[in-house]
Amino acid sequence: MSDDMVTFNVDGNEVSAPAGKLVIEACEDAGVYIPRFCHHERMNPVGMCRMCIVEVDTGRGPALQPSCMLTVSDGMIVDTQSDVTKKAQDGVLEFLLVNHPLDCPVCDKGGECPLQDQTMAYGPGESRFVEEKRHYEKPIPVNDNVYLDRERCILCDRCTRFADEVVGDPLIHFMDRGNQTQVNTFPDEPFASYFSGNVVQICPVGALTAKPYRFKARPWDLAEVDSTYPNAMGDRINVQSSRDQVLRFQGVDSDAVNWGWLADKERFSFEALQSDNRIGSPLMRGGGLNKADADGDELVAASWSQALGSAAKAIADTTPDKVGFVGGARLSNEAQYAWTKLAKGLVGTDNVDAQLGDELPPHALLGLPRATVAEACQPGGVIVLIGCDPKETLGTLYIRLRHAVVEDGAKLIEITPTDTGLTNVASASLRARPGEAGTVARALLAETVSGHIGGVDEDALATARDLLGSGPVTVVLGRGSLSESVDSVLEAADAFLDVDGVRFLQAIGRGNTMGALDMGMSPGLLPGRTSLAAGQDAFSDLWPQLPNSDGMNTAAMLEAGAAGNLDVLVLLGADPINDALDPAVAAKALATVPTVIAVDLFVNDSVSKAHVVFPAAAFTESSGSHTNLEGRITAIRQKVTPPGTARSDLVIAAELARRLGHDLGLETPSDVWEELGPRSAVHGDVSSAAIEADVDGVLITATGRVAFAPPDQAVSREPVNAYALRLVTARRMFDNGTMVQQSPHLAGFAGQASLRVNPYDFNRVGVADGEEVRVSAPKGSVNVAARVDPGVPKGIVVLDYNRSGADARVLLDPGATSIDIRLESKGGKA
Amino acid sequence: MARLNADNERIAHEIIGRYPRKKSALIPLLHLAQEQDGWVTDEAMSHIADLVEVTPAEVLGTCSFYEMFKRHPVGDYHVNICHGIACHLLGADELIHHAEETLGVKGGGTTDDGRFTVEGVECIAACTEAPCLQVNYRFANKVTTQDFDALIADIRSGARSDIPPHGTLAKTRQSIPEERAAGPALVEDAQEPAWLSRNGSDQ
Repeated sequence: MSDDMVTFNVDGNEVSAPAGKLVIEACEDAGVYIPRFCHHERMNPVGMCRMCIVEVDTGRGPALQPSCMLTVSDGMIVDTQSDVTKKAQDGVLEFLLVNHPLDCPVCDKGGECPLQDQTMAYGPGESRFVEEKRHYEKPIPVNDNVYLDRERCILCDRCTRFADEVVGDPLIHFMDRGNQTQVNTFPDEPFASYFSGNVVQICPVGALTAKPYRFKARPWDLAEVDSTYPNAMGDRINVQSSRDQVLRFQGVDSDAVNWGWLADKERFSFEALQSDNRIGSPLMRGGGLNKADADGDELVAASWSQALGSAAKAIADTTPDKVGFVGGARLSNEAQYAWTKLAKGLVGTDNVDAQLGDELPPHALLGLPRATVAEACQPGGVIVLIGCDPKETLGTLYIRLRHAVVEDGAKLIEITPTDTGLTNVASASLRARPGEAGTVARALLAETVSGHIGGVDEDALATARDLLGSGPVTVVLGRGSLSESVDSVLEAADAFLDVDGVRFLQAIGRGNTMGALDMGMSPGLLPGRTSLAAGQDAFSDLWPQLPNSDGMNTAAMLEAGAAGNLDVLVLLGADPINDALDPAVAAKALATVPTVIAVDLFVNDSVSKAHVVFPAAAFTESSGSHTNLEGRITAIRQKVTPPGTARSDLVIAAELARRLGHDLGLETPSDVWEELGPRSAVHGDVSSAAIEADVDGVLITATGRVAFAPPDQAVSREPVNAYALRLVTARRMFDNGTMVQQSPHLAGFAGQASLRVNPYDFNRVGVADGEEVRVSAPKGSVNVAARVDPGVPKGIVVLDYNRSGADARVLLDPGATSIDIRLESKGGKA
Repeated sequence: MARLNADNERIAHEIIGRYPRKKSALIPLLHLAQEQDGWVTDEAMSHIADLVEVTPAEVLGTCSFYEMFKRHPVGDYHVNICHGIACHLLGADELIHHAEETLGVKGGGTTDDGRFTVEGVECIAACTEAPCLQVNYRFANKVTTQDFDALIADIRSGARSDIPPHGTLAKTRQSIPEERAAGPALVEDAQEPAWLSRNGSDQ
């Protein structure tokens, strides 16, 4: 037994536990459950509810102690079953029930309520309390989605601790004192947290309920399955349904990933999957259901055989180099493999790209030494955040990083153009001018520098440099702003490659991008992180039409389509009109390409331009697996049936292959791993059984054969004149993305785009806060409401990306290092 | 009625400067707000939240914990009549009834002219002087109904200038020159305060 283990006695049994472990947790590990309300294993102990009180003897005789506030020590004797313990727990419950209404029959929590369950197990059978209970207005909204019934609240401090400790949004708090103590918000200032749904999940009574779930089902009517939410973090979720309708997502505590937490964007998005707007049958333009209407512009319902026949004919009638596949990050790993095999192995085109050109390039995602979330968050480590804001884009990663910094002594250095959600816990914030993250990173790692480098002064660099040596370095690398060249963050990554033992965590946006790249859904790649050339031998036996030369990426495909050089464009869950960097080219391509085939859940702007549409099953409706940003593969499990005749993406690929005269040879997810495992350089250990076996899934640790390609050093540019401001685009958690917009309880959060400006620059423009201004860049201009934000440095403006009112893409120039803009008030030039 | 005015905002910054962490100035700033308006307004709480860099909910949480912070308008003179056990035995109930009748308000209420608020309170630690009361936290001892009437008359006539309006804690304001302000400091950098070593630490 190692030194850091202690031996103690619980209910007569000798057990050992790590020193420093709380008694309540050590006992639970030993199989003895101590009742609790306030204790939560992912938050600091508070000793609020007194329910976990047990008799503990540390040599001075037995005494009642709260086991959540006490760490185990050698020779400690814990008695959870003594008469004294039982009497104390019975008394605590009687006190907790003094003010708790007995409205369990109409309470959403009834049936899954810790207070109800523990009263049955440990409490008094009858109440002696005959006086009037405390009364409050029945549920009050603390925000748009979370309702608070203060009468039911037992003041355990879980929700308020979560808001403060875990996510840093202390907008709910204990108010008043004594018998009047209540949880509440400040008047007219709601609990506006991206993570508010978690407090509903951790509330041990029915005080906090979520509007999207209220009165929808009783817990005993719910059937559930553990699954993975296909976002970039791969948050583990529990999918709960009743009568074939998904009614709730709950976070599952996975040590490796989300610790039980979810962002509201994920938690409440189940509504989108149940939406009436889901596509329930194949659609064809013109002649659907034998009602031929060759001139028709409408998409009408068609049969699967018509749609598949039409799609197959279009592909068969042209040459492989005139077929392109865009998208695929929505798909499961297995479906991605199937579609890649169909495209590259059977159709014979390398024009396949799961990315839309708005994120890090494949070589940066596959070629940099990768960290796990746990490695990035290790105690005493150094986290360097470059070019992204996890609070907006990767909710649970934000929670993990924040915990590492606040609780575990990790140091955070930001190299970002503006404040992020983590700025208030960062040890150093280097405000690199847009386009100059790479310059700042090189200066940070240089021995000495003097003067201003990329907008950062030498003292700030020196302070940050001192921190770098304090522990192992992980770089969280993302492309948050599209107005600066991707070369800027790549140059920063390249600079950090010189640091000993450095690892990278790529903050990607689209769900299964890592899976898509691992499955070869990118021009020049084959499954297993192998280049087209290097993988020929492994795949040529099963993939007869393997192309010889690299194909086009999304931008090139759209250009080719717009120029009339593409005959078939397949959209695998992609919406280029709204997501491609050049919306005009995307729209022209979709109008020009003779046959556009879409596989999607919803008719979005791009799908509405398609000629053949296949309805796909969502992640709650088909089984498979998901690869998160660490390269961790976890199980996605079907819970309900797809709407109408929608089929899984894997089956659609197989059916299309059959119409093209091939047998894809893939019918179930396990077929994919059996075929891929022996051929892939990195997937040898992966099997459906291995993925199913562990809540933390299978982590791919092998590195592939794709090398990181550092850019030529970016050129630093000063603003063109004293009136110019440099543009930053900002991704926000709630935007015009399909899942948000199709969820009634989330859509309203997206709001209108706004331009955030430093107070100094704002005053120079001479408009009121919220007034519309004209933003002019070399490529185009937009009108947008301007808001004062002291978190934005002088000389920089931040424009929301993918929100209504102003399309930031008209200002973008993919070739420019950075973009300078001018602000004009409606009244005149500023 | 609102945020701290310009003068008080300047004082607020001085008060914040006395503490290594801005948040520590929360309660003194709530007193400052109450001194300005006679009670603590929501706008003042929002302003204080900005000044000490916490959320308004945290300010309200602290403010609502303390009985002395009033979150609704009260009279210029807040009359606390003790009804602890000693005062109760020596006629506190009669005194409270008398006060309610002569001022025409119920317990906790404010007179129509906004001058007086009357409230029964728990023991205010002057049991030897029962029955006792406080006006804006200034004591009056062994109060008879006649004493009470005289006290109210004196206040109305302006003869009790020693009692400042509700919200003012002391007539002289503590002032710490800038060079003695603590300034921002990290907890891990904190050192033993000078007065502790001067007076001899017990450690």
